[in-house]
Amino acid sequence: MAAMFSQNPLMNGPNYSVNDAPRVNAPEGAREHRFDPYTDNGGSTLAIAGAEFAVMAGDTRLTSGYSINSRHHPKLFKIGGTTADQKDATIVLSVVGFAADGEALKEKLDAVCKMYRHRHGKPMSVKACAQRLSTILYQKRFFPYYAHAILGGLDEEGKGAVYSYDPVGSYEREQCRAGGAAASLIMPFLDNQVNFKNQHIPNSGEGHALQERERRPLTRNEVEVLVKDAFDGAVERHIEVGDGLQMMVITKDGIEEVLLPLKKD
Amino acid sequence: MDHRPQAWGRPRDDVYGAYDASYLQTNGPKTATQSPIVTGTSVIAIKFKDGVVMAADNLASYGSLARFTDVKRLRPFLSTSIVGFGGDVSDMQFLDRHLNELAIDEAYEHESTATTDTDSPSKTGQLNAANLHKYLSKLMYRRRSDFDPLWNQVLVAGFDAHAKPFLASVDLRGTTFTSPSLATGFGAMLAQPIMRRFAATEEDAAALTREQAVDVVKECMKVLFYRDARSLDRYSIAVVTKDGVELSEDEQLEKQSWAFAERIRGYGTQVV
Repeated sequence: MAAMFSQNPLMNGPNYSVNDAPRVNAPEGAREHRFDPYTDNGGSTLAIAGAEFAVMAGDTRLTSGYSINSRHHPKLFKIGGTTADQKDATIVLSVVGFAADGEALKEKLDAVCKMYRHRHGKPMSVKACAQRLSTILYQKRFFPYYAHAILGGLDEEGKGAVYSYDPVGSYEREQCRAGGAAASLIMPFLDNQVNFKNQHIPNSGEGHALQERERRPLTRNEVEVLVKDAFDGAVERHIEVGDGLQMMVITKDGIEEVLLPLKKD
Repeated sequence: MDHRPQAWGRPRDDVYGAYDASYLQTNGPKTATQSPIVTGTSVIAIKFKDGVVMAADNLASYGSLARFTDVKRLRPFLSTSIVGFGGDVSDMQFLDRHLNELAIDEAYEHESTATTDTDSPSKTGQLNAANLHKYLSKLMYRRRSDFDPLWNQVLVAGFDAHAKPFLASVDLRGTTFTSPSLATGFGAMLAQPIMRRFAATEEDAAALTREQAVDVVKECMKVLFYRDARSLDRYSIAVVTKDGVELSEDEQLEKQSWAFAERIRGYGTQVV
């Protein structure tokens, strides 16, 4: 087409209009380098619901590849307080995965909870906040927040509530959940120690007759020890976990925060 | 030969073939920065008792070519904060223009207060380093979400709202973090371990004097020059304190010793 109107009599080839130039197809095997908007910043989180409290925990290491970017980068955030310092907040969000998405998700949920408080004159319940978080995640279904979120608080009856999410918003209320890099290391430990899986009453029978150990809610002290043990184990076996353990205990009296040391190697 | 003006100054088609303008295509999908072209290497920074020290060399590389040897990669902001850029230089220049605009707007906004007193930026209501870092992180995250990233890792140093020394990083994906010492690129592997020996925690950093911090940073710049092939021995160093930014843009690495190089064996063609 371009050749027909060419101003170049010698070649009768394409003229100099940039737009008319023939599109040269990319050579065979050419690869297109595309920007990858995601990375994994490591770290691990954990949440356990008790009878009248919920414990959220996360390590404070931020990695990229084999590098430790920061030894103190909290993954736990108080959500929906009246002010920026979140003094009167009742809900805690933990995010682990891609840190920038986690930060964006936290700010979004916090803004939504603050709006709710202004509109309705009362703080958001965990149940409502949990549903809203699912919606926020699903709104980005085709460019997801690459983060494993866990939401913790107290339900309407004052019982500990833990909600866990996948990156696109599927969620479930659970007794306990581990997230992030060492989730696969911590979760089986939790199954055994919180839900008493594979624990049996000794000499209660053979094979299927063997009776399971009766389940009971753990005390706050038991949970705190369990969390520390879980992270000490994870630190030992996972390079992306370590430095510090941030723990938040949500009770009817508010949120208590503790920072414990973990191995820095 | 085609002598008409539209052919002037162009390679002859009959000799070189038709001009391949495919990469100048103006239709088709918009292509953003897909990879950095002219790049700056490490930026390093460490907090001390009453401020932050930051340094970066003056080189802009074009791949392995040392292309521009007098590029200033530390930029002061409102003479209260300092921003250090690693990564793509054109994106750095874009950000620099953008921040200059922002600084001018800020100066107008706070004209009356800025001229009368020389208090910390938080008192005058101007943007402090923490505010600036938040602004940059939102900008970078937005651009990565638009698949049009600014290919930089940026360090921001200055003071936060409580007038405490502030140091934080943001990268091309909008990932942010803070630490008593920070380094981008090669510096994260070579300089950060050295700096962490002196400022492992915030408490350690709060015990460092200005002289100590400057010495550590200069030592790190030397190590980087020894081992980073895309680095230069001329560098910029900035010290941010409550009194403002002291920026020196033409420092020369001092007291280099290449004696260690003799002992290195087993690289390249040298086998014994």
